[in-house]
Amino acid sequence: MSDPLTRLLAERDWLMADGATGTNLFNMGLTAGEPPEFWNTDRADDIRSLYRGAVEAGSDLFLTNTFGGNASRLKLHGAQGRVRELNRIGASLGREIADAAGRSVIVAGSMGPTGEIMAPMGELTHERAVAMFHEQAEGLKEGGADVLWVETISAPEEFGAAAEAARLAAMPWCGTMSFDTAGRTMMGLTSAQMVALVDRLEHPPIAFGANCGVGAADLMRTVLGFVAAGPERPIIAKGNAGIPKYHDGHIHYDGTPELMADYAVLARDAGATIIGGCCGTMPEHLRAMRAALENRPKGPSPTLDEIAARLGGFSSASDGTGEDAGGGRERRGRRRG
Amino acid sequence: MADEEDIILSELDDEELVLQMHDDLYDGLKEEIEEGVNILLGRDWAPYDVLTKALVAGMTIVGADFRDGILFVPEVLLAANAMKAGMAILKPLLAETGAPKVGKMVIGTVKGDIHDIGKNLVGMMMEGAGFEVVDLGINNPVEKYLEALEREEADILGMSALLTTTMPYMKVVIDTLKEKGMRENYIVLVGGAPLNEEFGRAIGADAYCRDAAVAVQTAKDFIARKHNKLGAG
Repeated sequence: MSDPLTRLLAERDWLMADGATGTNLFNMGLTAGEPPEFWNTDRADDIRSLYRGAVEAGSDLFLTNTFGGNASRLKLHGAQGRVRELNRIGASLGREIADAAGRSVIVAGSMGPTGEIMAPMGELTHERAVAMFHEQAEGLKEGGADVLWVETISAPEEFGAAAEAARLAAMPWCGTMSFDTAGRTMMGLTSAQMVALVDRLEHPPIAFGANCGVGAADLMRTVLGFVAAGPERPIIAKGNAGIPKYHDGHIHYDGTPELMADYAVLARDAGATIIGGCCGTMPEHLRAMRAALENRPKGPSPTLDEIAARLGGFSSASDGTGEDAGGGRERRGRRRG
Repeated sequence: MADEEDIILSELDDEELVLQMHDDLYDGLKEEIEEGVNILLGRDWAPYDVLTKALVAGMTIVGADFRDGILFVPEVLLAANAMKAGMAILKPLLAETGAPKVGKMVIGTVKGDIHDIGKNLVGMMMEGAGFEVVDLGINNPVEKYLEALEREEADILGMSALLTTTMPYMKVVIDTLKEKGMRENYIVLVGGAPLNEEFGRAIGADAYCRDAAVAVQTAKDFIARKHNKLGAG
């Protein structure tokens, strides 16, 4: 028997994911530096409201409040012993809301990066990364998550570790990376390289894609890069609602619901199947996105110029794929240790 | 690699060796950098010249390619690591010879924020450019910044934030500096993914730095201006 997400994907041309977790929680009073995962136990009703907000705005899938729920991140708050508990409860609150929705809604167990740099550049070994992700995955599974949702990853090695953890937990999974540095991930991975990475994993994700990053336009360019690489799996697009702006001591994102509605339709036309928002995307954005996806007919895939005209310009001239992929430095004799 | 392609560093003349060290820094070859530093010192180069002509000049190339999206974090980390190994040899010698100091920076991620990859990169690139860097780590309250700035007699304060919720704390630090009449003593640089120039201006920083390479250039510019001012005054 296939998993609920695969079944839903078979029935529908597109699915709408959720929006921001952090931005919503800050609006509910989360303070800077406080780990959001603590709210799964301390303020469960607010987490229920967060999930319900996405479902009522039309999301077919929402992410659990467990992004920073790995041992490495929780350790910064002295809570590395609570990984299993916080993930289980984060997922079970989601299960409760999804089961009450009256339609198929997928609970996706969010797993963010460890925040550490992997060996050989950094200290984090593959074994320890797998063990941390696995611990988190088991908690999410226990709480009733339908799939694991690995997101905002920069390093291919860390993505691979999460894949292995999903395999160990015998869970289907989805994975997205953040392309925030000149169209690549912080670690230099291009959209085309991610497609190649996904296709060679032993336990590949159901769907893969991009989240967060710079703005909606950059994210769209990444989606076009995925499509050009001929992926075998559905593409996920979860872009930020514009760019953060500072006003009178707090931050808001400048993307309007109308812009995000345009983005959602463009993402679908470009070939993305699971479409949602990331930072700054509130329920009102999701409602506009859902309405646009339902009411506007599917069009041809947009060009980069059309994307820039509708969503704004790109943060860099190139994203490291296609014709201008080269650009290494001319060097003298080569030596390797 | 085949043996015949190997370059014997000690057989290169000074100019060739320095260029080779730039390449080796670019490739993050730590042992080769250590070897190159020792060879130049053995040829009676002043430690300060080894630092500036071989290491700092090499890291400038790395910084420019990082800024231009040709190199990414893993390559920069390796290069910085090689640079650090060379610096470890030079540091005691620089102190002994009374070499000119470029400047000193106190850097840290603001209170509530635990992200440090970007901050670490800035610290490494600043060291790569010859600055002294005092790294306060993550989650720093205002008192910690102020105390370190005074203790270290620093020139530059660098603050980093990755979260939209923690970036306003930078303003708290700057406002406190103003209240205590200390603001004019320091060059304040801010950075982090969600920031932009407009934000930097709004909170009263001297500059927002988009990435580590820009941070180094900006720091150099401000230090040069400060020196000019002192010279003129």
